[in-house]
Amino acid sequence: MHRRDFLAMTGLTAGTLLVPSLYGRAVAAEALQETIDVKVKKTLADAGLNAATASGASYCDVRVGRYLRQFVITREDRVENVVNTESLGAGIRVIADGAWGFAATNDLTTDAVAKAAKQAVAIAKANAKIQTVPVKLAPVKGVGEVSWKTPIKKNSMDVPIKEKADRLIDVNTAALKAGADYVNSMMFLVNEQKYFASTDGSYIDQDVHRIWVPMTVTAIDKQSGKFRTRDGLSAPMGLGYEYLDGEAKHKFTDPAGVTGYGLSYDMKEDAIAAAKHAREKLKAPSVKPGKYDLVLDPSHLWLTIHESVGHPTELDRVLGYEANYAGTSFATLDKREAKFQYGSENVNIVADKTQFGSLGFVGYDDEGVKTKKWDIIRDGKLVDYQAIRDQAHILGKTESDGCCYADSWSSVQFQRMANISLEPGKKKLSVADMIKGVENGIYIVGDGSFSIDQQRYNAQFGGQLFYEIKNGKITQMIEDVAYQIRTPEFWNACSAVCDESDYRLGGSFFDGKGQPGQVSAVSHGSSTSRFNGINVINTARSLG
Amino acid sequence: MGILTEAEAKAILDKVIKLSKADECTATLSGAINGNIRFALNNVSTSGVVTNTELGVQVAFGKRVGIATINAFDDASLERVVRRAEDLAKLAPENPEFMPAVGKQTYTPTNTFSEATAAITPAQRAEVAAKSITPCKQAKLIAAGFLSDGQGFSAFANSNGNFGYQKATSVDYTCTVRTEDGRGSGWVARNLQNVADFKPDTEIQIAMKKAADSADAKALEPGKYTVILEPAASAGLISFMMNYFDARSADEGRSFLSKKGGGNKLGEQVYDPRVTVYADPSHPDAAVLPWDGEGLPRKRLPIIEKGKVASLQYSRYWAQKQGKTADASPGNLIMEGGSKSTMDLVRSTQKGILVTRTWYIRMVDPQTVLLTGLTRDGTFYIENGQIKYPIKNFRFNESPVIMLNNIEELGKPVRVGDDESPFVMMIPPMKLRDFTFTSLSDAV
Repeated sequence: MHRRDFLAMTGLTAGTLLVPSLYGRAVAAEALQETIDVKVKKTLADAGLNAATASGASYCDVRVGRYLRQFVITREDRVENVVNTESLGAGIRVIADGAWGFAATNDLTTDAVAKAAKQAVAIAKANAKIQTVPVKLAPVKGVGEVSWKTPIKKNSMDVPIKEKADRLIDVNTAALKAGADYVNSMMFLVNEQKYFASTDGSYIDQDVHRIWVPMTVTAIDKQSGKFRTRDGLSAPMGLGYEYLDGEAKHKFTDPAGVTGYGLSYDMKEDAIAAAKHAREKLKAPSVKPGKYDLVLDPSHLWLTIHESVGHPTELDRVLGYEANYAGTSFATLDKREAKFQYGSENVNIVADKTQFGSLGFVGYDDEGVKTKKWDIIRDGKLVDYQAIRDQAHILGKTESDGCCYADSWSSVQFQRMANISLEPGKKKLSVADMIKGVENGIYIVGDGSFSIDQQRYNAQFGGQLFYEIKNGKITQMIEDVAYQIRTPEFWNACSAVCDESDYRLGGSFFDGKGQPGQVSAVSHGSSTSRFNGINVINTARSLG
Repeated sequence: MGILTEAEAKAILDKVIKLSKADECTATLSGAINGNIRFALNNVSTSGVVTNTELGVQVAFGKRVGIATINAFDDASLERVVRRAEDLAKLAPENPEFMPAVGKQTYTPTNTFSEATAAITPAQRAEVAAKSITPCKQAKLIAAGFLSDGQGFSAFANSNGNFGYQKATSVDYTCTVRTEDGRGSGWVARNLQNVADFKPDTEIQIAMKKAADSADAKALEPGKYTVILEPAASAGLISFMMNYFDARSADEGRSFLSKKGGGNKLGEQVYDPRVTVYADPSHPDAAVLPWDGEGLPRKRLPIIEKGKVASLQYSRYWAQKQGKTADASPGNLIMEGGSKSTMDLVRSTQKGILVTRTWYIRMVDPQTVLLTGLTRDGTFYIENGQIKYPIKNFRFNESPVIMLNNIEELGKPVRVGDDESPFVMMIPPMKLRDFTFTSLSDAV
């Protein structure tokens, strides 16, 4: 997502009269609990399918979507903003004369949907005149009328606003008591009610839920003019409100004494820790630049996986379709043929749209393909990419990978990143044991600054917490750390991965791609991993 | 519905204000027709037009605020959206920082609308794509680009009698041209108000030349170099920094503009004396709407004057609390410079690096506004006033604050667009010493 959209939404800039229109219209909280009757959706979809077919489409899919979002934004002892939005409409995609066409309408009547379907066919026919190669779809067998729902225990949309606001203020108060000067905390809640129908004979009704509770705690030393922040260590998740129950069995305490979180988050506990960490950061010594062995916590490593494996293995980037915006990829098709050694033999990376708790978890993707899990890197070698129905044939595959997504009924669906995760090590290995073997290293917890080039070679990452490791022991907190990598060298320097008892998810709510831009939510799992001899720079500067 | 006239917009807004039973009401009405065409691998990939008109209603009971929006404008819909905003306000928690709606203002109209842009047709968009693709095909180069154009209106009214209406247009064009072997890449971007000023067949030549010239890049050691940043290359860095000119953050001690021991750096010399940046809604080459999101009237506003911080951005709440005046948020950024072109700056450089574009800029340390990012789509080594050879891309770690203290020379400002900037900008090409490149990138 563009930085300006995020700033506008969180009220950090002036002029917040209206919610950004990309999130739809604002509605009353009680409206978030409503759903549309599935029979109504089927009638609308059939109107679109029939109109498209009658106009000459060889394929058509209709997505009737209701996208609900709720944001609760606080700082210190006050609620800054509560926003509920709803976006409702239908998007119709067709193939006619071998070309794609798309049209969308927010008028949910059979006439309007049929009219949009005809428009889509007309656009496809116009596009066909300048298209040299006809669209070729990997086959999908119709599944009839089915439904799928994120396995949640507590629907976030059912929880009263007051409960949410009180919870955040309680968290902020705890952080302030623990030494924070300022606290910003938020809840972002999403419910996508998506109905997909296609001429393949599928009618798929899905109810998808996601939650994110980011927080930033700031500590200030007025005398020196120094300030430091520590972000929360939660992850955005494909879970309900139960994520905030803070169950003890989902806590992970690491050798530096920092508590991490798996499928359940204790926000208040983390806020108190964040306040103490932010104060500690003010006094932590600055890192000496050089080569270090890095021990990367899952709360940090997810972002490195996202940027350096997730994006370069998106097939549309590899082929050049994103060249003008997000860029292309170093992981070209010839590298798959040559079984390119992307990483060391410890590196096994899977794409998975079926993982419980993940942001990308759905039953079917946005072109009606049943989701699955597949290999991207096996024993360090590049073996596959992420492809959708009209791309599968390019790889010689007979089926789509099921990773097609649109961020709204009004956006055309295209290839988006599946959950891309590093498999845990097969041998028993704890974080404490991993650190015992490190002579000169840095242990990094939490995600920070990130930047990567347009072919995904050169990247730089910061973090939230940095601890010096000397002769197998964590000695002290340090600051001003960023590491720079060249992707294949970095993954080939992966010398160990902790076992599954340390496995956790991280993720992004707003992964951006495409022109016009669309956002997507995606998770990345890993256990703590070690990377030898990585270049670390010192980021401290003086403004005089 | 798309674009409403001033009279049509006013009629709807007046009805909304009358319908409200709240302590105060502000209604905004905006509409736009946006078109685009996208191409890649020398083929058009998608194109479309989106029309939307939306009414937003914000009401307040005391310090409780409710907002609702709707895109239907019959009387029943207007009544419904006002009642919904009122219902939401009654349920909302009190906002202790609530500020009442602005009083009646006087706005000076600015020249933000062009008939030619408003009249763009799908055929014209296709022609831009063709004019980008055809010469690339002939030269065995590969084009990927995006043209986005729009016309829109913005109108608002409040229960204090304030009202504003204005139309605006914009055109954004970007194109990346790559060599078939993937060893060269060039780029061109234009942000304009009037499409009549846009010459795609000339612009594409810039990207094509950079693509051809950037193949066979040599590797230079990372380090501190004298650089010439084309206007597009520094625009992202400067606009990023401008997001941190917030007075409250500075007063709270969490900004590069906070002062040791408390307070902010307003009036202090933070940059080289040649740095002057201001906002001006009436600038002839970069006009923007004459009001900000709160309805405050935009005027010419000095931001950095001869290197001194001339103004900080006060929200209305923070201004009241601190006894200051809240100026309207800038819609554009104008940086003053000299009269030389980028190539003039190259000619006066003994040894240095020419940067076409910077990309993926992210904050590393807000304490010093240390930013990281990469060069892209044409980076060249300069010797004795001439471009000698293409060089591999670099990652930089640099603070725009430090950068704007290391000025050798500024050229003539030009209008630039930037993907991640909320501002229309006029930025000069810059020659800077000691720009910090920290690693090489193999990316083309």
